[in-house]
Amino acid sequence: MEEKITTRRKVLIGMTSAVGAVGASFAAVPFIASWNPSAKAKAFGGPVKVDVSKMQIGQKIQVAWRKQPIFVIRHSKEALQNLSNVEPKLDDPNSLKIEEPYRDENPTRSTSTEYTVLAGVCTHLGCAPKYYPEMESKPWDESWVGGFFCPCHGSTFDIVGRVFKGVPAPTNLKVPPHYFDGSILTIGEERGTV
Amino acid sequence: MTQESSGFFNWINNRLPIVNTFERHLSKHPVPKKVNFWYMFGALASVVLIIQIISGIWLMFGYENTEEGAFSSIEFIMRDIEYGWIIRYMHTTGASMFFAVVYLHMFRGLLYGSYQKPRELVWIFGMAIYLAMMAEGFLGYVLPYGQMSYWGAQVIISLFGAIPYIGESLEIWIRGDYYISGATISRFFALHVVALPLILIALVFMHLIALHEVGAGNPEGVDIEKHVDEDGVPLDSVPFFPYKVLNALVAIGIFGIVFSVIMFFFPEGGGYMIELANFEEANPLITPEHIAPVWYYSPYYAMLRAVPDKLGGLIVMAAAIAILFVVPWLDRSKAASIRYKGILSKIAMTIFVISWLMLAWLGTVPVTALRTNLSIIGTVIYFAFFLLMPIYTSIEKTKPVPERL
Repeated sequence: MEEKITTRRKVLIGMTSAVGAVGASFAAVPFIASWNPSAKAKAFGGPVKVDVSKMQIGQKIQVAWRKQPIFVIRHSKEALQNLSNVEPKLDDPNSLKIEEPYRDENPTRSTSTEYTVLAGVCTHLGCAPKYYPEMESKPWDESWVGGFFCPCHGSTFDIVGRVFKGVPAPTNLKVPPHYFDGSILTIGEERGTV
Repeated sequence: MTQESSGFFNWINNRLPIVNTFERHLSKHPVPKKVNFWYMFGALASVVLIIQIISGIWLMFGYENTEEGAFSSIEFIMRDIEYGWIIRYMHTTGASMFFAVVYLHMFRGLLYGSYQKPRELVWIFGMAIYLAMMAEGFLGYVLPYGQMSYWGAQVIISLFGAIPYIGESLEIWIRGDYYISGATISRFFALHVVALPLILIALVFMHLIALHEVGAGNPEGVDIEKHVDEDGVPLDSVPFFPYKVLNALVAIGIFGIVFSVIMFFFPEGGGYMIELANFEEANPLITPEHIAPVWYYSPYYAMLRAVPDKLGGLIVMAAAIAILFVVPWLDRSKAASIRYKGILSKIAMTIFVISWLMLAWLGTVPVTALRTNLSIIGTVIYFAFFLLMPIYTSIEKTKPVPERL
């Protein structure tokens, strides 16, 4: 009899705790979900347009989209021809580790044969990398072939944002959705989407 | 304390144990009769905690927790509110001094084995306080929304992105936006001024209650509880009042001088306490040339940079803090104090201190190949000090610990 009561109590305590735990998890939902971006934050940040025809060859400009830096680079023919030469130094030359929106379209990784469009956010810890196109010895690399250097933790990327081997950044710089209408570049949406 | 006694104070005291509590935890609380200056930093930490709470409340009167208002409200406090500058510099100096005294307090613990049985929980609560302080300091540093607030937060929040699968959504969840925006500021404000201080105060309370249960240690590592008088009071102890109160007052006086000199003459601490880039408003498009943490995080930042892998860096940094929690079980020495430990412990302690200071310096300077290698060496020494502790503390020959203090 005594044993029966003890077992009965254990079952009841177990059941009450289980129901309580389920209730507590449901009660936690609004508290956790309220930390997600608000409807206002989600709505913010439509596409931006920029005229790239005035850019010099080799020049990099910076555009803000969703308050994040976007890099647009106009490459010279020589620079583009050199892209395949640096591939042995790269960690992921064909961007297989990430979702690449315009894979195999152009060596620039964009929808254009001349311009590269990159999210200027280091894939390591989010700093904005700096552009050093010149091929010359640098403090971080004696045989620098040109590209991006992140001042925060020393990650390096080539001129189209592909990450070099042996740096903290795990993946290539991202390519944001974009399209060209003549010389007008639209960042933040694909062609044909509204 | 008798039922018959009359008067207002007694009426209260019969219902709320004021005298008892006061005597037990303050005036008559027995403390070891011989300690040195290393035993003052605990008291100083509680003084800084009070400074931070008071100056923090006063800062809230002028601060605005919005994306547009945060930076300018700090300038408003600094320039337009009467004596606002002193309140703010008190708070920023207090943050650095809090870490300074807590690091010295922790080092005292390592030096004299304050974590050894039966004080394991005192140490663990102390480590939890340290962890809460790191979070508190980080959140507070973001609030002015200067360049270093922004990019420092960008780096720290991106660390969570290293966690496989959930990382990226976790980053957005923490920020509440796609960049560090007003949403981030307002939640960090709530955490900084309400949630974490509550946790911090609760932890300090537990730290002290646990300490008073087992009694304070001493630099000799003598267990004073072994020899007690007929009332159970250790023979080698003195009551907190007046003996230790007077000591503490001297320490607080000296500390007050140091604090004031920094607050009045070097509030930026040469860019190590308030970084110069933080006098510029946050700009999400431009990363400052050189991102460095404030000095009190820099050893761990150096470890993060030493690892050329995103997730690996996060793991090493987290492990460096986590390993401190288990120190009571890593030290197998019969002696608590470094004075009676063997030569191996002394060598290990010396190398550890040097490498920790080296890491602290490395975390504040730009990366070069040589410095990365030094960071790797420093990180290895840091972990070796703890991981090899069970070995070197058990094989070395210790000196006999005296019976009495």
